[in-house]
Amino acid sequence: MTTATAAQEVTYVEAISQALDEEMSRDERVFLMGEDIGAYGGAFKVTEGFLKKYGEWRVLDTPLSESGFVGAAIGAAMMGLRPVVEMQFADFISCAFDQITEVAAKNHYRWGAAVPMVIRAPFGGGVHGGPFHSECPEGWFFHSPGLKIVAPSTPYDAKGLLKAAIRDPNPVLYFEHKFLYRRIKATLPQEDYIVPLGKADVKRTGSDVSIITYGAMVHLALEAAELLNKEGIDLEVVDLRTLIPLDKETIYTSVRKTSKAIMLHEDNKTGGIGAEISALLAEECFDCLDGPILRIAPPDTPVPFSTPLEEFFLPKVSDIVAGAKKLAAY
Amino acid sequence: MDQAVGANDIKRSDLLEMYYYLRLTRSLEDRITALYRQGRIVGGVYTSHGMEAIAVGYASALKPDDVIAPFHRDMGAFLIRGFSPGEIIAQYLGKRTGPTKGKDGNVHMGDLKRGMLGFVSHLADNMPVAAGAALAFKIRGESRVAFAGTGDGGTSRGDFHEAMNFAAVRRLPVVFFCTNNQYAYSTPLRYQMAITDVVDRAKAYGMPGEIVDGNDVAAVYLASKRAVAKARAGEGPTFLEFKTMRMHGHSEHDAAKYVPRELLEEWKTKDPVVRAEHLVAQLGYGDESYFHEVGERVKKEVDAGTEFAEQSPLPEGPETLVGVFATEDEVQP
Repeated sequence: MTTATAAQEVTYVEAISQALDEEMSRDERVFLMGEDIGAYGGAFKVTEGFLKKYGEWRVLDTPLSESGFVGAAIGAAMMGLRPVVEMQFADFISCAFDQITEVAAKNHYRWGAAVPMVIRAPFGGGVHGGPFHSECPEGWFFHSPGLKIVAPSTPYDAKGLLKAAIRDPNPVLYFEHKFLYRRIKATLPQEDYIVPLGKADVKRTGSDVSIITYGAMVHLALEAAELLNKEGIDLEVVDLRTLIPLDKETIYTSVRKTSKAIMLHEDNKTGGIGAEISALLAEECFDCLDGPILRIAPPDTPVPFSTPLEEFFLPKVSDIVAGAKKLAAY
Repeated sequence: MDQAVGANDIKRSDLLEMYYYLRLTRSLEDRITALYRQGRIVGGVYTSHGMEAIAVGYASALKPDDVIAPFHRDMGAFLIRGFSPGEIIAQYLGKRTGPTKGKDGNVHMGDLKRGMLGFVSHLADNMPVAAGAALAFKIRGESRVAFAGTGDGGTSRGDFHEAMNFAAVRRLPVVFFCTNNQYAYSTPLRYQMAITDVVDRAKAYGMPGEIVDGNDVAAVYLASKRAVAKARAGEGPTFLEFKTMRMHGHSEHDAAKYVPRELLEEWKTKDPVVRAEHLVAQLGYGDESYFHEVGERVKKEVDAGTEFAEQSPLPEGPETLVGVFATEDEVQP
């Protein structure tokens, strides 16, 4: 387990552990459920040491039973606890789809029952996980009213958004990117902080082209921005951070400034979040657009396993550079 | 399955109260069915006709702060938890005064303050949810119990099995029940499962189970009391199979021609309201004039409820947009 010490850099995964640890210390209603999160500390070691610190009723190892334990989390949440459920991999969330979309998402609307719970889901590719350990399933839930959806890109956001999600009175799906777990580090504030849900963050300001993205793709966009800068194209990188509620104002403000927009995500292209934001821009920002809205996203295939296949599948810096150049020419 | 109930088993006041709720359930559902036939109810009507003893019996065995996740034929549980006939008819009519304010219809109502979890059409979905409520009670060290059920068809779903397994592993204070009314819509039990008694499913989870005559309100009440007492004492979950027969169609639009008439004739002789009356009379707690009096009382309540519901306003269209998300003050303490 990680504890905050002065000016020490933490990884993205450590930031998630810190958020859980601090929230569990702060609020005894917060408890954890999931597969192998106890003695083993979770498949990605997010909860290592938690069992010893908080005991088996607050760090609950569950049967291999996603629908069952998500349902149980819903019940516990309605009784006033604050469950945080871990999906071992985001891909397995499909087993709990019904509980999430029909029960958690609709209970408050139908009969006024608040369901304050978080489902953490390690998602995304680039780690040779293949079709069942690399998915980006956020699109399925983006279309289900009643859920909030979060996808942080930095250690700061990962910690602040998870704390905000735990304190939110609604079901929140928290998509944490596996590729980022141990690849990025940051020094976090010593004091308690949250990153409010529903606020996007401009990770790089620019004047020529807006790129709207989230999760690991934020880093790809930032990399592309440096290359484009050398060629005189100034990219603005909008990190959505929260997919629902969507921060439309930040998106519109950016696109009204640059007049050009690229959607970038790791979920496959058709019916994705980029498609929805493209439609919003066409509806709300049509008269300020100077070029077509571009989408950079994987093809409509499962996430393939073998290295050249996965490399082909995932968006690349060169895709962004090419897209931005195309738009800059308008 | 049949057990003689004596005067020492159930308090007179408890039995008479259950008798009243049986009559109120039947009267209310008969009225709802009549309103449906008159075209005054939009959407489906699913009744507990001939099965009223189950919800009345188990809900009477619980304490007010226990939580119920009802089956969709458990009208009696709503009544016992204080849902008025007026609120319930308003729900069926899609009125703003119904528990869901028109957001959902018929038995899809719930209220955390009254310990009723809103029914979900995807059968057995609320069984893991009820297990989770029981988990909350256990974590907080509360002496509360969750009581959750589904039908024979619902026991084929994965959520039924995931809930049974999880609750058994963690010895949660929950009682699961199955209303085995022999048909899931039109599908008879023999096409639903390769076993005769649903209770056999409990064995696989290391959970004690019991077959109960679902048409005998006293038997349902006593079996539920036993199971609830065990759960409250920390002895873990129990599974109760309430054997009964669905006497109407799946919904009131369904004539249920797929059910053999002789089966219905046979079960008609086991009507739970009549049987409760026999028991009340046999124990000397009431006679014909008492039964008549109760009948008049429930009719008045249902009449008043019908009037309240019919005079209640419908929601306005834009109310559609209200309530997708909860606010902090709505979270249960």
